[in-house]
Amino acid sequence: MTLQLVLVVAAALFCVGLYGALSQQVIVMVMMGLELMLNGVILAVGAFWWFLAPNPDGLLLLLVVIAAMTVEMAMGFAIATLLHRSKETDMTDMATELSG
Amino acid sequence: MLSIIIFSALAIVAVVSGIAVFRVDSMARATYALAVSFVAVGVMLLMFDLDYIGVITILMMVMEMAIMAIYMIMFMGMNPALMPMSMVHNNRWSAILATGTFLLLAGGAVLVPWPARSGSVGTEDLTMALGEALMGSKMLVMLTVSPILFATIVAALVLANPRGRYDRWGDNLQRATPDDPQQGGLGK
Repeated sequence: MTLQLVLVVAAALFCVGLYGALSQQVIVMVMMGLELMLNGVILAVGAFWWFLAPNPDGLLLLLVVIAAMTVEMAMGFAIATLLHRSKETDMTDMATELSG
Repeated sequence: MLSIIIFSALAIVAVVSGIAVFRVDSMARATYALAVSFVAVGVMLLMFDLDYIGVITILMMVMEMAIMAIYMIMFMGMNPALMPMSMVHNNRWSAILATGTFLLLAGGAVLVPWPARSGSVGTEDLTMALGEALMGSKMLVMLTVSPILFATIVAALVLANPRGRYDRWGDNLQRATPDDPQQGGLGK
């Protein structure tokens, strides 16, 4: 197992997520794309920690990324709820304006 | 050698199930595929001796995927496990951009002369050491993340709340009695 191999896998996960976040119309599917991107980031940070700086301080960055995932999930679900209530939609194309 | 084989198998599972998220024809299956991808990455983290982070990644993401499945059933108005769907826009350019980004990142990962592995995890309890770092020398991280998480809770409740106080009392909050669909309740 080498750092290069892990980083290539992480890049693949990140880019699959990027494709989903850009191409999907349903808000929950866009969130899935973002989650997949952060999944790749977590793997890359874990690999950097293991190969380059295996001390406890390096793990703090992983906790920050996981916290970012939590924030993204909570706000995404809240916005999806708001859009469904106000516009009866779950598609990004029908939510180009957020007023009302 | 065994670790390379296990890691490669997990990597294939993670990437293939990640691709399946956007290829399967129902949102429920997409949710399961994403959960599988997260579990594979969590096991990879366990291989890096990241016991705590690996376990919370698996637990958190499995629960999140369960919540996502509930949201889909709530909002899609159908049985999401049975409805074929393909709701995409700008598919071609998204694929081109993602492929280009992958080539850039993978090229950098392969071509950069990374240093050899330095140091070792040691015998200390990593979870305890992480907790001590969070509550000690690196407390600024916790002090930053905590208010962000609290603000997220407040913002999510404000956005998701169907009837806030401005809906009940009006714009200037001066009305004597709230405009509720049902009368009664505390203080009325």
